[in-house]
Amino acid sequence: MELKDKLVSSYVAFENRVETDSEVHEIRSKALQNFEALGFPTKKLEAWKYTSLNAVLKQDYSLFPNKENNIQLADVKKYFIHDIDAYKLVFIDGKYSSFLSETTHDTFDVCLMSSALVKPKYKAVIENYFDKIATKDNLTSLNTAFASEGAYIHIPKNVEVEKPIQIINFTTGSEAATLLQPRNLIVVEQNAHVQIIERNQSLTSNPVLTNSVTEVFAAKDATVDIYKIQNDDENASLVDNSYIEQKSKSIVSVHTFSFGGNITRNNLNFFQRGEHIDSILKGITIIEGKQHVDHHTLVHHIAPNCESHQDYKGIFDERATGVFNGKVIVEKEAQKTNAYQKNNNILVSDKATINAKPQLEIFADDVKCSHGCTIGQLDEDALFYMQQRGIPKKEGKALLMYAFANTVLESVKIPEVKQRITKLIAKKLGVDIGFDL
Amino acid sequence: MSKYTEEQLEQELKTQEYKYGFYTDIESETFAKGLNEEVVIAISKKKNEPQWMTDWRLEAFRVWKKMEEPEWANVQYEKPKFQDIAYYSAPKEKPKLNSLDEVDPELLDTFKRLGISLDEQKKLANVAVDIVMDSVSVATTFKKTLGEKGIIFMPISEAIQEHPELVRKYLGTVVPTTDNFYAALNSAVFSDGSFCYIPKGVRCPMELSTYFRINEGGTGQFERTLVVADKGSYVSYLEGCTAPSRDENQLHAAVVELIAMDDAEIKYSTVQNWYPGNKEGKGGVYNFVTKRGLCENNAKISWTQVETGSAVTWKYPSCILKGNNSVGEFYSIAVTNNYQQADTGTKMIHLGKNTKSTIISKGISAGSSQNSYRGLVQIGARAENARNFSQCDSLLMGNLCGAHTFPYIEVKNKTAQVEHEATTSKIGEEQLFYCNQRGIDTEKAIALIVNGFSKEVLNKLPMEFAVEAQKLLEISLEGSVG
Repeated sequence: MELKDKLVSSYVAFENRVETDSEVHEIRSKALQNFEALGFPTKKLEAWKYTSLNAVLKQDYSLFPNKENNIQLADVKKYFIHDIDAYKLVFIDGKYSSFLSETTHDTFDVCLMSSALVKPKYKAVIENYFDKIATKDNLTSLNTAFASEGAYIHIPKNVEVEKPIQIINFTTGSEAATLLQPRNLIVVEQNAHVQIIERNQSLTSNPVLTNSVTEVFAAKDATVDIYKIQNDDENASLVDNSYIEQKSKSIVSVHTFSFGGNITRNNLNFFQRGEHIDSILKGITIIEGKQHVDHHTLVHHIAPNCESHQDYKGIFDERATGVFNGKVIVEKEAQKTNAYQKNNNILVSDKATINAKPQLEIFADDVKCSHGCTIGQLDEDALFYMQQRGIPKKEGKALLMYAFANTVLESVKIPEVKQRITKLIAKKLGVDIGFDL
Repeated sequence: MSKYTEEQLEQELKTQEYKYGFYTDIESETFAKGLNEEVVIAISKKKNEPQWMTDWRLEAFRVWKKMEEPEWANVQYEKPKFQDIAYYSAPKEKPKLNSLDEVDPELLDTFKRLGISLDEQKKLANVAVDIVMDSVSVATTFKKTLGEKGIIFMPISEAIQEHPELVRKYLGTVVPTTDNFYAALNSAVFSDGSFCYIPKGVRCPMELSTYFRINEGGTGQFERTLVVADKGSYVSYLEGCTAPSRDENQLHAAVVELIAMDDAEIKYSTVQNWYPGNKEGKGGVYNFVTKRGLCENNAKISWTQVETGSAVTWKYPSCILKGNNSVGEFYSIAVTNNYQQADTGTKMIHLGKNTKSTIISKGISAGSSQNSYRGLVQIGARAENARNFSQCDSLLMGNLCGAHTFPYIEVKNKTAQVEHEATTSKIGEEQLFYCNQRGIDTEKAIALIVNGFSKEVLNKLPMEFAVEAQKLLEISLEGSVG
């Protein structure tokens, strides 16, 4: 049976597991209809021109893993940023693991979507925010239709969360192939401040497809930093749909580090609803083998005096494919917008491919918008210079690549995350240097 | 060429919005509206074409019937009704003329008003002109001088008669009949156009030029241009277009094919000034054009275009860099005002080794217009050391218009070096203030700044065109200063 039919017909089974007498369920049912009409994206859609999900969709995914799977902390400790204290929301095969998690309800909520969707305490927030900015495209609709579990984070006014929040989805591989659809909601009220680290990790080589949707609301003066670490097993594919709404003077940054996985597609959407907003989108992609990473960004400038900064770096080896499709829309009301977009790529192998489409759509006249996109090689002279000074070629290359990616790393605010990423880069480039020379 | 003074400019800015909007009452023969196989055959018959040509047209027509109109472009318009267009219109047949004195005075007058004088002045300017009116070539000058060098420059309908081997060999090789909806339509119904062949090692001594004009109402213009530059030759080719002001939307679907063989160079310049519609966006020409060039080893093709007219433009002059060390260039200024829409850009397909391409695109939008740049830079897996530089700058005037960039970059070779940059801005208040301080009024200051903005492209135009283009820019933007 085709995956689409399987999903649609399993909806009845899904309805037995969730509360159906609610507004949320109406949203779900509508989303299912939407998905039924749209189906999975194909390469014929402009937005999916360079990324095909066909091979991934052929797997026979189990939709609702039944078994309770437990994993030992010692086995998975390395996937946490464990050297700092943090709140943790851990899901194993889509189910919440209370044993590995560390949640809170004092002053702010870091808890589960499943309880937030049903408990009256959260009703107002869910009504105000759930599925309010997620677009109605095919994969997001699919996620909404089956939305039941994920992270629920609500930070009230003037609260500065003292430690980062880690959201980790593990897949144990107890099923032959697993489809996960986490649904996260992050609401950050006025002048609040939070840092979030996201990660998806498959523990075996069984195929996994994760179709996650995250909605982030940043109210006036709020600051939100999100770090997405994508270093999954080579049979794990990810479609990460993130929607971020910002109110005036808020600052939201999203850093995406893509080093692993089979097919990774990041749909990152920013909607600016207020003045003096700053949106920061940065990413480093270092992949090889047959890996495929597609960054699809949208920054929608609706109000005047806002800024957006995009900086994506990519290094592609072997048969890897990189896609960058960045879109900036400046509405005619959004005067005095400053929007910058930068995408730099290095191809290391002859078999690697890059498809870039940096797109600007501008309707306001008093704006400063620019985009730059380059594809090139390492500077031979710089490499030669280093070799002259006794740095071996391999290390020299790694140093140059590190320097190339460094503009993104610089703005990472959690030192431990920065260190971790630095180590991952070193490992990825096959050298044993700390870079913090 | 006489010097162009500020007074003249001022005068021109005061004149009507589209000065080429007149209609010439020349007796002409127009086919009934509608399109079917009979019409295609009739056009072919009319032109006295050999059987292979008729078959070629019919095949294109059959393909076209199965195709759908493209909708991906960033433009909105009411689709042309293809059965409501007359596919052939020609000034009434008259005996072959040997000198210009014998030409219908009405026709000559038309050309005078268009600013093309077919006589002395042009001889001094040294430009050979082929004029296509309502899809039919009406006059070609300098045929003899060119003939001495072995250069063939004639209407394509005549070329089909006189040089069928050349036309048959090259027609449709760069833009196949099946290429796209409008190219297929053009292949089926094109009635005339220009054909140019430069023999081996010949450097064409003068600029070749084609002037297109739509005159009759209810017709479409479908012309076909084929330029073949044999090994080591050089040619510079100019193209200009105008149409009367009408309330209806007229369709112009042309195909231009360039072939630059080893070591050859083709420079193709266009000043497109079809009727853009009135201030409310009524009427105007739909300009759906397919232009493409093929470069063999060490060849070079350079496209330069100034797009100021047309209600809707859909045009992507492209280069296929097949040969090693070949070079492709694209320089473009697209100006849109009032309700004009332009979706234009280029494709650079790098296949050979050490190929280079440069793209400079300047978009200026004013009024309620939409201006898009859409480009593709593709580096094939075997294109070692390919190099591309693209720059797209947009200038916005007022907040009712829009500027869009859709660059596609696809690279499959690690030695490639590709750079793309784009900026969007408005005319700086400081810049204007600086000019005002020095006694230059705002309107003139804007003309000055726009000129500076487009200089990189204007510089690439041949002299005769550069002046015309500069004037056009100013007129197109008239009244857009808020």
